[in-house]
Amino acid sequence: MIWTTWIMALREIRRNTMRSILTTLGIVIGVASVIAMVTLGRGATAKITADIASMGSNLLILAPGADRRGPAAQTAPAFKLQDAKAIVREASAVASVAPSATGTQLIVYGDKNWNTSITGTTNDYFEVRGFAFAHGGGFSDAEESTGAAVCVLGETVRHQLFGLQDPIGATIRVGNIPCAVVGTLKTKGHSSFGNDQDDFVAIPLATFQRRIAGNTDVGAIFITTVSDHEARRATWQIQSLMRERRRIAPGGADDFTVEDMKEIAKTLGSVTGALTGLLGAIAGVSLLVGGIGIMNIMLVSVTERTREIGIRLAIGARGREVLLQFLVEAVTLSALGGLVGAVLGLGASYAGAREVGLPFKIAPDVLLLALGFSTTVGIAFGFFPARKAAGLHPIDALRHE
Amino acid sequence: MSTGAAATPLVEFRDVRKVYGKGDSEVRALDGVSFTISDGEFVAVMGASGSGKSTCLNVLGCLDSPTQGAYLFRGVEVGVLSADQLALLRRNFLGFVFQGFNLLARTTALENVELPLVYRRVPAGERRRLALQALADVGLLGREHHTPAELSGGQQQRVAIARAVVTNPSMLLADEPTGNLDSVRKDEIMRILVEMNGKRGITIVMVTHEPDMARFATRTVRFKDGKIAEDVGRAA
Repeated sequence: MIWTTWIMALREIRRNTMRSILTTLGIVIGVASVIAMVTLGRGATAKITADIASMGSNLLILAPGADRRGPAAQTAPAFKLQDAKAIVREASAVASVAPSATGTQLIVYGDKNWNTSITGTTNDYFEVRGFAFAHGGGFSDAEESTGAAVCVLGETVRHQLFGLQDPIGATIRVGNIPCAVVGTLKTKGHSSFGNDQDDFVAIPLATFQRRIAGNTDVGAIFITTVSDHEARRATWQIQSLMRERRRIAPGGADDFTVEDMKEIAKTLGSVTGALTGLLGAIAGVSLLVGGIGIMNIMLVSVTERTREIGIRLAIGARGREVLLQFLVEAVTLSALGGLVGAVLGLGASYAGAREVGLPFKIAPDVLLLALGFSTTVGIAFGFFPARKAAGLHPIDALRHE
Repeated sequence: MSTGAAATPLVEFRDVRKVYGKGDSEVRALDGVSFTISDGEFVAVMGASGSGKSTCLNVLGCLDSPTQGAYLFRGVEVGVLSADQLALLRRNFLGFVFQGFNLLARTTALENVELPLVYRRVPAGERRRLALQALADVGLLGREHHTPAELSGGQQQRVAIARAVVTNPSMLLADEPTGNLDSVRKDEIMRILVEMNGKRGITIVMVTHEPDMARFATRTVRFKDGKIAEDVGRAA
């Protein structure tokens, strides 16, 4: 009987194609938005986590200033190269250290120029930040210690200045200094914060200090720990070392910060996770509204089809058979709507993920949840109209105009 | 007629009363009606509007139950049956033809005729065969895939008759079956009804206000103010 009823329901749905489409539109949009929101949201979370990991594994960043956002950042004294060396020497949980100083310069090659960020640093920087060389290599020890005019290009800079030409061995002008290109880096793409990680030129720290900055300051120091689990110990070692070197009295506030990129990743991940949940919940409300839409149309349909119900009852349909018919119709409509919505939602999230460069991964739990929920909505909101239809008196139904 | 059938009439009304409303607005649609109908009869029920003839048909068709008195169908008291049991009784023993045809809109003639068989759980193949046979019996073979909107009034009523007789019911109840048709179609419908009554032995109770139509019946029951005023031509 269920089978026959289902066939009848399908026939009824096909008979009123337009009305059926409009009825299910709410469910379609609801399911599609839930799936799209959650899939994209999870993609964003995964992307942010992966991005931060790509900034360098086990990365800690030591920067002057108690709080990056506070005014103390300006007044706190800069680090010196000796600070970086002391960390390598004394902090046992630390693997490698790359001091850096940055500034912005116009660089020129031939008739092309490009405004970019110049990072003065050591050879360890590339490994610490997770960069790989595309061509050439880093600085030699001699180049580092003498402050030679050599440079390594990020992918964006290489593309802007050289296009298809081979940059290795060419001389570019960085500010006022002619610099020989010794290496180029493989691309890392945009970070989750939106900045282009490939848009920079690296030169030896000594070169930067002497010929661009004109001082011996070091800005941020990038540090990797010996293993994943040593971040806390390394942070503590660096903190106590720096307090000692910067002569901060016991009880005094740090005038520097150590940031653990993993912690930041975790925080960002939980923020995007919460946002995903919120968006999913909002989309869920539209699913509920879609269910009410189905109930609405089914109620109208019961009134509109009162005569039909009368005919069926006269022919010998029992109340429960009429109830089943309307219930099956509502459930079929909402389940079909759920299916169409799922396909649309997956399509939209696939297109969206491609557009903004997020990873696309089907979330089976959300898919099942959305389909299950839409079917439940069909049962819940289909029952009331169905019961109304089943409770009709045959004579009243037949006389209905 | 066998003696068994004669002993238990197909239907029997015993002092049936049907009252609508209460107090001052009380309407006695049926006011103490008693009669029996035997297998194979073709009864025309006549009377002015409001005389109780339609109420009588509804009670006969188990669509409505009497306020008082007893309605026996093959000796079984119908008044005590539940709504579901009444539905089963309609499903298995009764067929209906209405003045307004009452076919399912946007549904083919074939599907309309198959409908009572669906509720009887007849398998699809058998259902189709029986429905096509019923459509052939009313001369509509070749139109089985037409929807009511594509059929004339007379054709629609013939589909309705096919739907009513496809289950081979004991009794066919027709409520002004020719009311919406012109005189040529009226005769056509009546001939089909007479044929169903004569060849297939289906008992027919037909409400009509046209004496011309009542002539086709073997018995005429005339209602007046909820009571039977006249009952003529009763088969022996």
